Amino acid sequence: MTRHVVAKAEEIQAGTCKIVTVKGREIGIFKVGDDFYGLINRCPHQGAPLCRGEIVSRLVAPTPGDYRLTRPGEMIRCPWHCWEYDIRTGQSLCDPNSVHARAFDVAVEPGKTLVEGPFVAESVQVTVEESYLVVTM
Amino acid sequence: MNMTVLDRKPDQSSQNDTPAQSHMGFIDCDVHPYVKGPNDFDPFLSKRWLEHKQTIGGRPRQGLAKTSMYPRMSPGAGMRMDSWPKTGGHPGSDLPLMQEQLLDLFDVAYGLLAPLVGGGPGERNVEFGAAMATAANEWQLAHWCDPDPRLLGAIQVNIEHTEAAIAEIEKRAGDRRFAQVNVPPRGLEPLGRRRYWPILEACAANNFPVSLHLGGTSGHASTGGGWPSFYHEEHPSYVQTMQTLVTSLVCEGVFEQIPNLKIVLVEGGFAWLPALCWRLDKHWKRLKAEVPHLKRSPSEYVHDHIWVTTQPIEEPERPQDMLATLEWIGPDRVMFSTDYPHWDQDDPRYAFKIPLPDDWKRKIYRDNAKALYNLD
Repeated sequence: MTRHVVAKAEEIQAGTCKIVTVKGREIGIFKVGDDFYGLINRCPHQGAPLCRGEIVSRLVAPTPGDYRLTRPGEMIRCPWHCWEYDIRTGQSLCDPNSVHARAFDVAVEPGKTLVEGPFVAESVQVTVEESYLVVTM
Repeated sequence: MNMTVLDRKPDQSSQNDTPAQSHMGFIDCDVHPYVKGPNDFDPFLSKRWLEHKQTIGGRPRQGLAKTSMYPRMSPGAGMRMDSWPKTGGHPGSDLPLMQEQLLDLFDVAYGLLAPLVGGGPGERNVEFGAAMATAANEWQLAHWCDPDPRLLGAIQVNIEHTEAAIAEIEKRAGDRRFAQVNVPPRGLEPLGRRRYWPILEACAANNFPVSLHLGGTSGHASTGGGWPSFYHEEHPSYVQTMQTLVTSLVCEGVFEQIPNLKIVLVEGGFAWLPALCWRLDKHWKRLKAEVPHLKRSPSEYVHDHIWVTTQPIEEPERPQDMLATLEWIGPDRVMFSTDYPHWDQDDPRYAFKIPLPDDWKRKIYRDNAKALYNLD
Protein backbone atom coordinates (compact mmCIF):
# COMPACT_ATOMS: atom_id res chain seq x y z
CA MET A 1 0.00 0.00 0.00
CA THR A 2 1.30 3.39 -0.97
CA ARG A 3 0.05 6.83 -0.10
CA HIS A 4 -0.65 9.06 -3.07
CA VAL A 5 -1.15 12.81 -2.89
CA VAL A 6 -3.81 13.33 -5.56
CA ALA A 7 -4.94 16.94 -5.24
CA LYS A 8 -5.10 20.01 -3.09
CA ALA A 9 -8.33 20.12 -1.14
CA GLU A 10 -9.32 23.49 -2.58
CA GLU A 11 -9.05 22.15 -6.15
CA ILE A 12 -12.31 20.27 -5.82
CA GLN A 13 -15.42 22.30 -5.14
CA ALA A 14 -18.54 20.82 -3.58
CA GLY A 15 -20.67 19.17 -6.27
CA THR A 16 -17.76 18.50 -8.59
CA CYS A 17 -15.45 15.64 -9.39
CA LYS A 18 -11.81 15.44 -10.33
CA ILE A 19 -10.48 12.33 -12.00
CA VAL A 20 -7.00 11.33 -10.92
CA THR A 21 -4.83 8.38 -11.83
CA VAL A 22 -3.33 6.24 -9.09
CA LYS A 23 -1.24 3.21 -10.01
CA GLY A 24 -2.74 3.23 -13.49
CA ARG A 25 -6.30 3.29 -12.24
CA GLU A 26 -8.56 6.26 -12.68
CA ILE A 27 -10.35 7.39 -9.54
CA GLY A 28 -12.99 10.09 -9.34
CA ILE A 29 -12.54 12.30 -6.27
CA PHE A 30 -15.85 13.92 -5.31
CA LYS A 31 -16.71 16.60 -2.80
CA VAL A 32 -20.15 16.21 -1.31
CA GLY A 33 -20.86 18.93 1.24
CA ASP A 34 -17.59 19.27 3.11
CA ASP A 35 -16.50 15.70 2.58
CA PHE A 36 -14.42 13.96 -0.06
CA TYR A 37 -15.13 10.57 -1.57
CA GLY A 38 -13.43 8.42 -4.15
CA LEU A 39 -14.86 5.97 -6.68
CA ILE A 40 -13.03 3.87 -9.21
CA ASN A 41 -13.84 5.33 -12.61
CA ARG A 42 -15.51 2.21 -13.89
CA CYS A 43 -19.14 1.18 -13.76
CA PRO A 44 -19.56 -2.39 -12.51
CA HIS A 45 -22.39 -2.91 -14.99
CA GLN A 46 -20.55 -2.71 -18.33
CA GLY A 47 -17.31 -0.89 -17.60
CA ALA A 48 -18.20 2.70 -18.57
CA PRO A 49 -16.18 5.66 -17.20
CA LEU A 50 -18.59 6.10 -14.30
CA CYS A 51 -17.17 9.30 -12.85
CA ARG A 52 -17.66 11.17 -16.11
CA GLY A 53 -21.41 10.93 -15.63
CA GLU A 54 -23.75 13.49 -14.14
CA ILE A 55 -23.80 14.28 -10.44
CA VAL A 56 -27.48 14.18 -9.58
CA SER A 57 -29.95 13.89 -6.76
CA ARG A 58 -32.08 10.89 -5.94
CA LEU A 59 -35.65 11.39 -7.12
CA VAL A 60 -38.24 9.36 -5.26
CA ALA A 61 -42.02 9.24 -5.46
CA PRO A 62 -43.88 7.51 -2.63
CA THR A 63 -46.94 7.54 -4.88
CA PRO A 64 -47.38 8.53 -8.56
CA GLY A 65 -47.30 12.31 -8.81
CA ASP A 66 -45.71 12.86 -5.41
CA TYR A 67 -42.09 13.61 -6.27
CA ARG A 68 -39.34 14.27 -3.77
CA LEU A 69 -35.80 15.23 -4.58
CA THR A 70 -33.58 13.65 -1.99
CA ARG A 71 -29.85 13.32 -1.46
CA PRO A 72 -29.03 16.44 -3.50
CA GLY A 73 -25.74 16.05 -5.34
CA GLU A 74 -24.99 12.75 -3.67
CA MET A 75 -25.53 10.44 -6.65
CA ILE A 76 -23.42 9.76 -9.72
CA ARG A 77 -25.32 8.64 -12.83
CA CYS A 78 -23.40 6.46 -15.28
CA PRO A 79 -22.78 8.15 -18.65
CA TRP A 80 -23.89 5.04 -20.53
CA HIS A 81 -26.85 3.23 -19.00
CA CYS A 82 -27.87 5.69 -16.27
CA TRP A 83 -27.24 3.42 -13.31
CA GLU A 84 -27.10 5.62 -10.21
CA TYR A 85 -24.66 5.16 -7.34
CA ASP A 86 -24.34 6.78 -3.97
CA ILE A 87 -21.07 8.70 -4.26
CA ARG A 88 -20.27 8.16 -0.60
CA THR A 89 -20.54 4.38 -0.63
CA GLY A 90 -20.53 3.20 -4.22
CA GLN A 91 -23.88 1.64 -3.50
CA SER A 92 -26.05 1.28 -6.57
CA LEU A 93 -29.61 2.40 -6.10
CA CYS A 94 -30.92 0.97 -9.35
CA ASP A 95 -30.45 -2.51 -8.04
CA PRO A 96 -28.99 -2.11 -4.58
CA ASN A 97 -28.65 -5.80 -3.96
CA SER A 98 -26.56 -6.72 -6.93
CA VAL A 99 -24.29 -3.97 -8.22
CA HIS A 100 -21.74 -2.09 -6.24
CA ALA A 101 -19.17 0.39 -7.55
CA ARG A 102 -15.85 0.21 -5.81
CA ALA A 103 -15.46 3.03 -3.32
CA PHE A 104 -12.17 4.34 -2.02
CA ASP A 105 -11.77 6.35 1.10
CA VAL A 106 -10.54 9.86 0.53
CA ALA A 107 -9.98 12.31 3.32
CA VAL A 108 -8.78 15.82 3.93
CA GLU A 109 -5.96 15.80 6.39
CA PRO A 110 -5.91 19.05 8.24
CA GLY A 111 -3.51 17.58 10.73
CA LYS A 112 -6.16 16.15 12.97
CA THR A 113 -8.35 13.08 12.72
CA LEU A 114 -9.34 11.25 9.58
CA VAL A 115 -12.83 11.33 8.13
CA GLU A 116 -13.93 7.84 7.31
CA GLY A 117 -16.61 7.03 4.76
CA PRO A 118 -19.64 5.22 6.10
CA PHE A 119 -19.03 2.24 3.85
CA VAL A 120 -16.03 1.38 1.75
CA ALA A 121 -15.13 -1.68 -0.24
CA GLU A 122 -11.46 -0.88 0.14
CA SER A 123 -10.33 1.43 2.84
CA VAL A 124 -7.30 3.61 2.40
CA GLN A 125 -4.93 4.99 4.94
CA VAL A 126 -4.59 8.74 5.06
CA THR A 127 -1.91 10.75 6.73
CA VAL A 128 -1.50 14.40 7.59
CA GLU A 129 0.09 16.42 4.84
CA GLU A 130 -1.13 19.96 5.16
CA SER A 131 -4.41 20.16 3.20
CA TYR A 132 -3.66 17.62 0.51
CA LEU A 133 -6.00 14.82 -0.42
CA VAL A 134 -4.23 11.52 -0.01
CA VAL A 135 -5.41 8.18 -1.36
CA THR A 136 -3.83 5.02 -0.10
CA MET A 137 -3.95 1.96 -2.32
CA MET B 1 -30.38 -11.97 -5.55
CA ASN B 2 -27.06 -12.54 -7.20
CA MET B 3 -24.04 -10.43 -6.41
CA THR B 4 -22.46 -9.09 -9.57
CA VAL B 5 -18.87 -8.10 -9.08
CA LEU B 6 -16.78 -7.42 -12.13
CA ASP B 7 -13.17 -7.17 -11.18
CA ARG B 8 -11.18 -6.45 -14.28
CA LYS B 9 -7.52 -5.79 -14.65
CA PRO B 10 -7.12 -2.37 -16.17
CA ASP B 11 -4.72 -1.40 -18.90
CA GLN B 12 -2.03 0.51 -17.05
CA SER B 13 -1.44 2.91 -19.90
CA SER B 14 -4.96 3.83 -20.84
CA GLN B 15 -8.31 4.58 -19.35
CA ASN B 16 -9.83 1.74 -21.31
CA ASP B 17 -9.68 -1.79 -20.07
CA THR B 18 -7.85 -4.20 -22.29
CA PRO B 19 -10.47 -6.12 -24.23
CA ALA B 20 -10.61 -9.78 -23.44
CA GLN B 21 -9.08 -11.70 -26.29
CA SER B 22 -12.20 -13.69 -27.13
CA HIS B 23 -14.09 -10.58 -28.16
CA MET B 24 -11.40 -9.13 -30.37
CA GLY B 25 -12.22 -9.11 -34.05
CA PHE B 26 -15.95 -9.37 -33.52
CA ILE B 27 -18.50 -8.25 -36.09
CA ASP B 28 -20.70 -5.42 -34.86
CA CYS B 29 -24.17 -5.67 -36.36
CA ASP B 30 -25.35 -2.20 -35.33
CA VAL B 31 -23.18 0.90 -35.67
CA HIS B 32 -24.65 4.37 -36.07
CA PRO B 33 -22.91 6.91 -38.26
CA TYR B 34 -24.14 10.48 -38.02
CA VAL B 35 -23.89 13.57 -40.17
CA LYS B 36 -21.46 16.35 -39.31
CA GLY B 37 -24.00 18.94 -40.35
CA PRO B 38 -27.38 19.41 -42.03
CA ASN B 39 -25.82 19.77 -45.49
CA ASP B 40 -23.84 16.53 -45.61
CA PHE B 41 -26.21 14.96 -48.12
CA ASP B 42 -26.36 17.97 -50.43
CA PRO B 43 -23.53 16.90 -52.76
CA PHE B 44 -25.47 13.71 -53.45
CA LEU B 45 -28.77 15.33 -54.39
CA SER B 46 -29.74 16.42 -57.89
CA LYS B 47 -30.31 20.14 -58.38
CA ARG B 48 -34.03 19.48 -58.43
CA TRP B 49 -34.09 17.81 -55.03
CA LEU B 50 -31.47 20.04 -53.48
CA GLU B 51 -33.65 23.02 -54.22
CA HIS B 52 -36.63 21.15 -52.82
CA LYS B 53 -34.70 20.42 -49.63
CA GLN B 54 -33.57 24.02 -49.28
CA THR B 55 -36.87 25.70 -50.08
CA ILE B 56 -39.53 23.21 -49.02
CA GLY B 57 -37.89 20.64 -46.77
CA GLY B 58 -38.87 17.29 -45.36
CA ARG B 59 -42.28 15.99 -44.40
CA PRO B 60 -41.58 13.51 -41.63
CA ARG B 61 -44.21 11.26 -40.15
CA GLN B 62 -43.87 12.66 -36.67
CA GLY B 63 -45.05 15.94 -35.29
CA LEU B 64 -41.88 16.89 -33.47
CA ALA B 65 -39.56 17.69 -36.32
CA LYS B 66 -36.62 18.99 -34.28
CA THR B 67 -36.45 16.30 -31.62
CA SER B 68 -37.30 12.67 -31.14
CA MET B 69 -40.75 11.47 -30.15
CA TYR B 70 -39.39 10.37 -26.80
CA PRO B 71 -36.43 12.59 -25.96
CA ARG B 72 -33.74 10.68 -24.13
CA MET B 73 -31.97 11.59 -20.95
CA SER B 74 -30.44 15.01 -20.94
CA PRO B 75 -27.62 15.98 -21.04
CA GLY B 76 -26.37 13.44 -23.46
CA ALA B 77 -29.35 13.42 -25.82
CA GLY B 78 -29.56 9.67 -25.62
CA MET B 79 -25.91 9.19 -26.47
CA ARG B 80 -23.01 7.72 -24.55
CA MET B 81 -21.86 10.88 -22.80
CA ASP B 82 -18.23 10.07 -23.58
CA SER B 83 -18.98 9.77 -27.30
CA TRP B 84 -19.42 13.50 -27.98
CA PRO B 85 -16.41 14.44 -30.12
CA LYS B 86 -14.11 16.99 -28.49
CA THR B 87 -13.81 18.60 -31.90
CA GLY B 88 -17.54 19.34 -31.87
CA GLY B 89 -20.36 17.67 -33.71
CA HIS B 90 -22.69 14.82 -32.84
CA PRO B 91 -21.75 11.38 -31.50
CA GLY B 92 -21.16 9.04 -34.41
CA SER B 93 -20.15 11.88 -36.76
CA ASP B 94 -16.41 11.58 -36.16
CA LEU B 95 -14.73 8.54 -37.73
CA PRO B 96 -11.48 8.82 -35.71
CA LEU B 97 -13.45 8.78 -32.43
CA MET B 98 -15.54 5.84 -33.65
CA GLN B 99 -12.32 4.05 -34.48
CA GLU B 100 -10.86 4.83 -31.05
CA GLN B 101 -13.92 3.86 -29.02
CA LEU B 102 -15.12 0.92 -31.08
CA LEU B 103 -13.40 -0.23 -34.27
CA ASP B 104 -9.79 -0.13 -33.10
CA LEU B 105 -10.44 -0.81 -29.41
CA PHE B 106 -11.95 -4.19 -30.28
CA ASP B 107 -10.23 -4.70 -33.64
CA VAL B 108 -13.74 -4.95 -35.08
CA ALA B 109 -13.67 -7.10 -38.21
CA TYR B 110 -16.75 -5.49 -39.71
CA GLY B 111 -19.24 -2.87 -38.54
CA LEU B 112 -22.69 -2.97 -40.08
CA LEU B 113 -23.89 0.59 -40.48
CA ALA B 114 -27.41 1.61 -39.54
CA PRO B 115 -27.74 5.25 -40.58
CA LEU B 116 -30.77 6.80 -38.93
CA VAL B 117 -30.27 10.14 -40.62
CA GLY B 118 -31.65 12.03 -43.58
CA GLY B 119 -35.28 11.08 -43.20
CA GLY B 120 -35.47 9.44 -46.63
CA PRO B 121 -37.09 6.16 -45.58
CA GLY B 122 -39.88 7.90 -43.61
CA GLU B 123 -40.48 10.88 -45.89
CA ARG B 124 -44.11 11.47 -46.88
CA ASN B 125 -43.14 12.97 -50.23
CA VAL B 126 -41.96 9.62 -51.51
CA GLU B 127 -40.06 10.98 -54.48
CA PHE B 128 -38.06 13.28 -52.24
CA GLY B 129 -37.74 10.36 -49.82
CA ALA B 130 -36.28 8.18 -52.56
CA ALA B 131 -33.81 10.94 -53.49
CA MET B 132 -32.74 11.33 -49.86
CA ALA B 133 -32.40 7.57 -49.50
CA THR B 134 -30.10 7.47 -52.53
CA ALA B 135 -28.12 10.40 -51.11
CA ALA B 136 -27.79 8.55 -47.79
CA ASN B 137 -26.33 5.59 -49.67
CA GLU B 138 -23.77 7.74 -51.47
CA TRP B 139 -22.97 9.50 -48.20
CA GLN B 140 -22.29 6.16 -46.47
CA LEU B 141 -19.81 5.20 -49.16
CA ALA B 142 -18.04 8.56 -49.27
CA HIS B 143 -17.86 9.27 -45.53
CA TRP B 144 -17.65 5.82 -43.99
CA CYS B 145 -17.26 2.71 -46.15
CA ASP B 146 -14.49 4.02 -48.40
CA PRO B 147 -12.45 5.72 -45.62
CA ASP B 148 -12.76 2.63 -43.40
CA PRO B 149 -13.56 -0.55 -45.35
CA ARG B 150 -14.47 -2.34 -42.13
CA LEU B 151 -17.72 -0.39 -42.25
CA LEU B 152 -20.41 -1.90 -44.44
CA GLY B 153 -23.33 0.17 -45.66
CA ALA B 154 -27.05 -0.51 -45.42
CA ILE B 155 -29.04 0.44 -48.48
CA GLN B 156 -31.67 3.02 -47.61
CA VAL B 157 -35.00 2.92 -49.45
CA ASN B 158 -38.43 4.45 -49.09
CA ILE B 159 -40.72 1.43 -49.23
CA GLU B 160 -43.74 3.56 -50.12
CA HIS B 161 -42.13 4.16 -53.51
CA THR B 162 -41.87 0.63 -54.85
CA GLU B 163 -40.23 1.35 -58.21
CA ALA B 164 -37.59 3.67 -56.77
CA ALA B 165 -36.83 1.24 -53.94
CA ILE B 166 -36.33 -1.65 -56.33
CA ALA B 167 -34.21 0.47 -58.64
CA GLU B 168 -32.00 1.49 -55.72
CA ILE B 169 -31.58 -2.12 -54.58
CA GLU B 170 -30.71 -3.27 -58.09
CA LYS B 171 -28.28 -0.40 -58.54
CA ARG B 172 -26.34 -1.53 -55.44
CA ALA B 173 -26.45 -5.23 -56.26
CA GLY B 174 -22.99 -6.74 -56.28
CA ASP B 175 -21.41 -3.77 -54.51
CA ARG B 176 -19.73 -5.47 -51.56
CA ARG B 177 -19.57 -2.20 -49.67
CA PHE B 178 -23.27 -2.69 -48.94
CA ALA B 179 -24.27 -5.63 -46.76
CA GLN B 180 -28.03 -5.34 -46.53
CA VAL B 181 -31.15 -3.26 -47.10
CA ASN B 182 -32.58 -1.21 -44.24
CA VAL B 183 -36.35 -1.06 -43.98
CA PRO B 184 -38.07 0.97 -41.25
CA PRO B 185 -39.74 -1.48 -38.86
CA ARG B 186 -42.63 0.85 -38.19
CA GLY B 187 -44.43 1.23 -41.49
CA LEU B 188 -47.82 2.30 -42.68
CA GLU B 189 -48.89 -1.34 -42.77
CA PRO B 190 -47.39 -4.54 -41.38
CA LEU B 191 -44.38 -5.50 -43.50
CA GLY B 192 -45.80 -8.82 -44.63
CA ARG B 193 -48.56 -7.17 -46.72
CA ARG B 194 -48.49 -7.93 -50.41
CA ARG B 195 -47.78 -4.35 -51.40
CA TYR B 196 -44.28 -4.77 -49.97
CA TRP B 197 -43.53 -8.14 -51.57
CA PRO B 198 -41.88 -6.76 -54.73
CA ILE B 199 -39.34 -4.90 -52.60
CA LEU B 200 -38.69 -7.90 -50.39
CA GLU B 201 -38.32 -10.04 -53.53
CA ALA B 202 -35.76 -7.61 -54.92
CA CYS B 203 -33.76 -7.84 -51.69
CA ALA B 204 -33.72 -11.63 -51.80
CA ALA B 205 -33.02 -11.77 -55.53
CA ASN B 206 -29.96 -9.58 -55.07
CA ASN B 207 -28.65 -11.43 -52.03
CA PHE B 208 -29.34 -8.67 -49.55
CA PRO B 209 -30.71 -9.56 -46.11
CA VAL B 210 -33.36 -7.12 -44.93
CA SER B 211 -32.44 -5.37 -41.71
CA LEU B 212 -35.21 -3.94 -39.55
CA HIS B 213 -33.80 -1.47 -37.06
CA LEU B 214 -35.91 0.04 -34.29
CA GLY B 215 -37.34 2.77 -33.67
CA GLY B 216 -38.61 5.92 -35.34
CA THR B 217 -42.28 6.35 -36.00
CA SER B 218 -44.66 5.74 -38.86
CA GLY B 219 -47.16 8.19 -37.45
CA HIS B 220 -49.12 5.35 -35.84
CA ALA B 221 -48.96 5.08 -32.06
CA SER B 222 -45.99 2.98 -31.05
CA THR B 223 -48.11 0.52 -29.10
CA GLY B 224 -51.33 -1.20 -30.06
CA GLY B 225 -53.00 0.60 -27.17
CA GLY B 226 -51.84 4.14 -27.91
CA TRP B 227 -48.96 6.46 -27.19
CA PRO B 228 -46.75 5.77 -24.16
CA SER B 229 -46.21 8.49 -21.56
CA PHE B 230 -42.58 7.77 -20.78
CA TYR B 231 -39.42 6.84 -22.64
CA HIS B 232 -39.21 3.95 -20.20
CA GLU B 233 -42.56 2.86 -21.61
CA GLU B 234 -41.58 3.51 -25.24
CA HIS B 235 -38.42 1.42 -24.98
CA PRO B 236 -40.20 -1.92 -24.42
CA SER B 237 -42.66 -1.00 -27.20
CA TYR B 238 -39.80 -1.97 -29.53
CA VAL B 239 -40.63 -5.53 -28.57
CA GLN B 240 -44.23 -5.10 -29.74
CA THR B 241 -42.98 -3.70 -33.03
CA MET B 242 -40.68 -6.65 -33.56
CA GLN B 243 -43.44 -9.09 -32.64
CA THR B 244 -45.74 -7.43 -35.16
CA LEU B 245 -43.11 -7.75 -37.88
CA VAL B 246 -42.39 -11.40 -37.20
CA THR B 247 -46.07 -12.27 -36.96
CA SER B 248 -46.95 -10.41 -40.15
CA LEU B 249 -44.12 -11.89 -42.20
CA VAL B 250 -45.00 -15.39 -41.03
CA CYS B 251 -48.78 -15.20 -41.27
CA GLU B 252 -48.92 -13.49 -44.67
CA GLY B 253 -46.90 -16.36 -46.10
CA VAL B 254 -43.96 -14.18 -47.13
CA PHE B 255 -41.48 -16.96 -46.44
CA GLU B 256 -43.45 -19.35 -48.65
CA GLN B 257 -43.51 -16.74 -51.41
CA ILE B 258 -39.85 -15.70 -51.04
CA PRO B 259 -38.03 -18.79 -49.76
CA ASN B 260 -34.59 -17.17 -49.76
CA LEU B 261 -35.62 -14.03 -47.84
CA LYS B 262 -33.43 -13.29 -44.82
CA ILE B 263 -34.62 -10.92 -42.10
CA VAL B 264 -32.43 -9.35 -39.41
CA LEU B 265 -34.09 -7.80 -36.37
CA VAL B 266 -31.91 -5.05 -34.94
CA GLU B 267 -32.23 -3.36 -31.56
CA GLY B 268 -35.25 -5.31 -30.41
CA GLY B 269 -33.48 -7.71 -28.07
CA PHE B 270 -34.54 -11.31 -28.51
CA ALA B 271 -35.76 -12.99 -25.31
CA TRP B 272 -39.38 -12.38 -26.38
CA LEU B 273 -39.02 -14.53 -29.49
CA PRO B 274 -39.52 -18.00 -27.99
CA ALA B 275 -42.77 -17.05 -26.23
CA LEU B 276 -44.14 -15.47 -29.41
CA CYS B 277 -43.33 -18.59 -31.39
CA TRP B 278 -44.96 -20.85 -28.81
CA ARG B 279 -48.14 -18.83 -29.17
CA LEU B 280 -47.96 -18.76 -32.97
CA ASP B 281 -47.34 -22.51 -33.12
CA LYS B 282 -50.17 -23.30 -30.73
CA HIS B 283 -52.74 -21.37 -32.73
CA TRP B 284 -51.41 -22.48 -36.09
CA LYS B 285 -52.46 -25.99 -35.12
CA ARG B 286 -56.00 -24.77 -34.47
CA LEU B 287 -56.42 -22.08 -37.09
CA LYS B 288 -54.76 -23.73 -40.08
CA ALA B 289 -57.89 -23.37 -42.16
CA GLU B 290 -57.54 -19.62 -42.12
CA VAL B 291 -53.90 -19.66 -43.22
CA PRO B 292 -53.60 -22.76 -45.39
CA HIS B 293 -50.64 -21.21 -47.18
CA LEU B 294 -48.51 -21.92 -44.11
CA LYS B 295 -47.02 -25.32 -44.84
CA ARG B 296 -44.86 -25.42 -41.74
CA SER B 297 -45.14 -24.28 -38.16
CA PRO B 298 -44.45 -20.58 -37.57
CA SER B 299 -41.39 -21.39 -35.46
CA GLU B 300 -39.85 -23.25 -38.38
CA TYR B 301 -40.19 -20.21 -40.63
CA VAL B 302 -38.74 -18.05 -37.88
CA HIS B 303 -35.75 -20.28 -37.42
CA ASP B 304 -35.04 -20.53 -41.14
CA HIS B 305 -35.50 -16.86 -42.04
CA ILE B 306 -34.95 -14.64 -39.03
CA TRP B 307 -31.75 -13.51 -37.36
CA VAL B 308 -31.66 -11.40 -34.21
CA THR B 309 -29.03 -9.00 -32.92
CA THR B 310 -28.32 -8.84 -29.24
CA GLN B 311 -28.61 -5.22 -28.13
CA PRO B 312 -30.31 -4.04 -25.95
CA ILE B 313 -29.50 -7.35 -24.38
CA GLU B 314 -31.82 -8.80 -21.79
CA GLU B 315 -30.34 -9.20 -18.31
CA PRO B 316 -32.46 -11.86 -16.63
CA GLU B 317 -32.47 -12.01 -12.86
CA ARG B 318 -31.33 -15.59 -13.14
CA PRO B 319 -28.41 -15.21 -15.60
CA GLN B 320 -28.59 -18.85 -16.63
CA ASP B 321 -31.99 -18.19 -18.22
CA MET B 322 -30.05 -16.43 -20.97
CA LEU B 323 -28.53 -19.75 -22.01
CA ALA B 324 -31.90 -21.46 -22.32
CA THR B 325 -33.23 -18.55 -24.37
CA LEU B 326 -30.26 -18.61 -26.74
CA GLU B 327 -30.55 -22.36 -27.05
CA TRP B 328 -34.19 -22.11 -28.08
CA ILE B 329 -33.60 -19.39 -30.67
CA GLY B 330 -30.49 -21.18 -31.85
CA PRO B 331 -26.97 -19.87 -31.29
CA ASP B 332 -26.64 -19.86 -35.09
CA ARG B 333 -29.27 -17.12 -35.38
CA VAL B 334 -27.98 -14.57 -32.86
CA MET B 335 -25.46 -11.86 -33.78
CA PHE B 336 -23.72 -9.43 -31.46
CA SER B 337 -24.39 -5.72 -31.82
CA THR B 338 -23.28 -2.72 -29.80
CA ASP B 339 -25.52 0.13 -31.00
CA TYR B 340 -22.58 2.51 -30.66
CA PRO B 341 -22.81 5.42 -29.77
CA HIS B 342 -26.29 5.29 -28.24
CA TRP B 343 -26.77 5.46 -24.48
CA ASP B 344 -28.03 1.90 -24.22
CA GLN B 345 -25.23 0.41 -26.30
CA ASP B 346 -23.68 -2.86 -25.14
CA ASP B 347 -20.02 -3.55 -24.50
CA PRO B 348 -18.95 -6.87 -26.03
CA ARG B 349 -16.89 -7.71 -22.95
CA TYR B 350 -19.66 -7.44 -20.42
CA ALA B 351 -23.03 -7.60 -22.17
CA PHE B 352 -23.64 -11.26 -21.40
CA LYS B 353 -23.94 -11.71 -17.65
CA ILE B 354 -23.11 -15.38 -17.91
CA PRO B 355 -20.23 -17.08 -19.74
CA LEU B 356 -21.23 -18.56 -23.09
CA PRO B 357 -19.94 -21.89 -24.37
CA ASP B 358 -16.95 -21.23 -26.63
CA ASP B 359 -18.63 -22.43 -29.81
CA TRP B 360 -21.67 -20.20 -29.15
CA LYS B 361 -19.37 -17.28 -28.53
CA ARG B 362 -17.61 -17.75 -31.86
CA LYS B 363 -20.93 -17.91 -33.66
CA ILE B 364 -22.56 -14.97 -31.93
CA TYR B 365 -19.59 -12.62 -32.09
CA ARG B 366 -18.35 -13.55 -35.58
CA ASP B 367 -19.35 -16.60 -37.53
CA ASN B 368 -23.09 -16.04 -37.87
CA ALA B 369 -22.66 -12.56 -39.35
CA LYS B 370 -19.82 -13.79 -41.51
CA ALA B 371 -22.04 -16.49 -42.98
CA LEU B 372 -25.17 -14.35 -43.33
CA TYR B 373 -23.40 -11.47 -45.07
CA ASN B 374 -20.94 -13.70 -46.91
CA LEU B 375 -17.91 -11.93 -45.43
CA ASP B 376 -14.28 -12.99 -45.62
